[in-house]
Amino acid sequence: MTITVDGINKRFGQFQALNNVSLNIPEGKLTALLGPSDSGKTTLLRIIAGLESADSGQVAFSGKDVTKLHVRDRNIGFVFQHYALFRHMTVAQNIAFGLESLPRKQRPPKSEIQKRVSELLEMIQLPHLAQRFPAQLSGGQKQRVALARSIATRPKILLLDEPFGALDAKVRKDLRRWLRNLHDEFHFTSIFVTHDQEEALELSDQVVVMSQGNVEQVNEPTELYARPDSRFVFDFLGQVNVLSGELKHGSLSQGNARVTLPGIQHQGNAQLYLRPHEVRLATVPAEHANLPLRIEAVSLIGSEVRVELRPEGWASEGSDNIWEVGISHAEFNDQRPARGDLRYAVPEVGHLFTGKDTQPETVSWAEADSFPRVRLIN
Amino acid sequence: MNATQSSRHRRVGDSPAIKWLLIGTAVAVAIALLIMPLLVIFVEALGAGWGTLADNLTDQYTLHAIGLTLFVAALTVPLNLVFGTALAWLVTRFRFPGRKLLITLIDIPFAVSPVVAGLLYLLLYGRNGWVGSWLADHDMQLMFSWPGIVMVTVFVTCPFVARELIPLMQQQGSEEEEAGVVLGASGWRIFRTITLPNIKWALIYGVVLTNARAVGEFGAVSVVSGNIRGQTNTLPLHVELLYQDYNIVGAFASASLLAGIAVFTLAVKGFVEWRQTRTLNRLQTEEAA
Repeated sequence: MTITVDGINKRFGQFQALNNVSLNIPEGKLTALLGPSDSGKTTLLRIIAGLESADSGQVAFSGKDVTKLHVRDRNIGFVFQHYALFRHMTVAQNIAFGLESLPRKQRPPKSEIQKRVSELLEMIQLPHLAQRFPAQLSGGQKQRVALARSIATRPKILLLDEPFGALDAKVRKDLRRWLRNLHDEFHFTSIFVTHDQEEALELSDQVVVMSQGNVEQVNEPTELYARPDSRFVFDFLGQVNVLSGELKHGSLSQGNARVTLPGIQHQGNAQLYLRPHEVRLATVPAEHANLPLRIEAVSLIGSEVRVELRPEGWASEGSDNIWEVGISHAEFNDQRPARGDLRYAVPEVGHLFTGKDTQPETVSWAEADSFPRVRLIN
Repeated sequence: MNATQSSRHRRVGDSPAIKWLLIGTAVAVAIALLIMPLLVIFVEALGAGWGTLADNLTDQYTLHAIGLTLFVAALTVPLNLVFGTALAWLVTRFRFPGRKLLITLIDIPFAVSPVVAGLLYLLLYGRNGWVGSWLADHDMQLMFSWPGIVMVTVFVTCPFVARELIPLMQQQGSEEEEAGVVLGASGWRIFRTITLPNIKWALIYGVVLTNARAVGEFGAVSVVSGNIRGQTNTLPLHVELLYQDYNIVGAFASASLLAGIAVFTLAVKGFVEWRQTRTLNRLQTEEAA
């Protein structure tokens, strides 16, 4: 089932929660609604579910207008952020609730319901907890019960509101993988709301980035990460290093810092956005860039060594005036960068924003690089 | 060293002198103001033996007063049960202008003296009142008969159920009910299988309080009932009437009945309260987790 959202407006008093939002959610795909708090993502999800009504606009499932259809009759699965399990019912009763709420004609017989419940308990790997009450479960278990409950009536659409928001990191990772498998197995059209960009990029087929009630950009995770349309999306999707300066004769400069931009004609103010992996560190400036930075901190945790640096003789925009560069552990062992050392950032690929609302131009220095990067093979 | 350590560990209020002084005062006040009078009621009622007590309670007028009191309570409690639940549902599940004002208005019966409330009803629904004169033209009498007694009792006791439910329903939020609708449940099914079990104990507590107050209400009822023996005399009014007749033993006999109901109510209330704090504690630990 495809979901089409057309021209949705929603206002809470003075606050414009959604501003003329239109979206296409493809069938069988897992779509993430990503944005900071108050970006309208949860409101949009609740409007699609029918828990909230839009001031204007239309929601359609597979081309059929459901704007006026009551949430009860939309046959969707909905998972709440705080699980919303029925606290006085057992796990089994919770899961059976949707089936038992079906109109008498469609309701399966008691034995059939019991069978379906035990299948679902099997699927969420909690058959031994069937007779427990929600208060006796851990957060991860509650969320799995909530998922089982929401899909018991076999809806075609599954909506999840910050499904992993209240869980700790380890459980979150497990559940994420589990949800992906579940989705692939049952072929729902799923939408989940999250403020965690990593979660959105990792889990979904399509990401909808929202900000202040507007859709900023819609794309596949890899495309979105590689080619953000706007400064907002760039900022929101992970760490970014910014050089803001004066662009003149194909050269962007500010204070001590200078970067040559081959093939750029624009003059005036401009910002160069660089991802941590699009920059490497050298002990001498490159021909095309002079970006002196002093190392503030080195973090060895994770699959990559994260180096935090402070601009020397110029200033970065945002992120507390800190640049972040990721290097491999092999590179780290080679160079041994330490706090207080001076390094020069050498950009390999960058994204240049010139006008106010224009899309960025991607600049690559791969050939201009006078210090060819030695790729270390592990 | 030891002395300084133990004094550092002493918390506010740990001084034994203060502790026992406070406990002693509380016990003394409780005995003088609560326990002694309660005991006196039963002692006086039984002063002339069980037989006299039984005679007094089976007196024609006393029996009628008991009947009327129970009748009024039997009408008041269900009315306020429905009204209080609906009101609590309204102010906790919907957002509308004037909602805060409505929550404040619920407390009016607590703030207004019952005698004043009775007078207002008399002025409005009495034979010469605005509404009352119209009703009198149509041969309907509310004041100085049982409908008037029920009306003022409903007024005086209407906040109890709503007051108990509102904080609980606010804390529980409406997510479970939303989950129910998404799963396709009808409004009635949601109320019966989700809302009602969640508010059950608070509801019972509210009913117990409503009932206690409905049975014991004196001021408002005394204004609108007209104190007609054997017709509009409730148990509290009957106690006063007997006392004014110098039938002290009779008055105490009826009073012991009211006191008995009060003690029983307290026991039920204590049990329900204990159940409820347990639920609330569980809610809070759940939220903290």
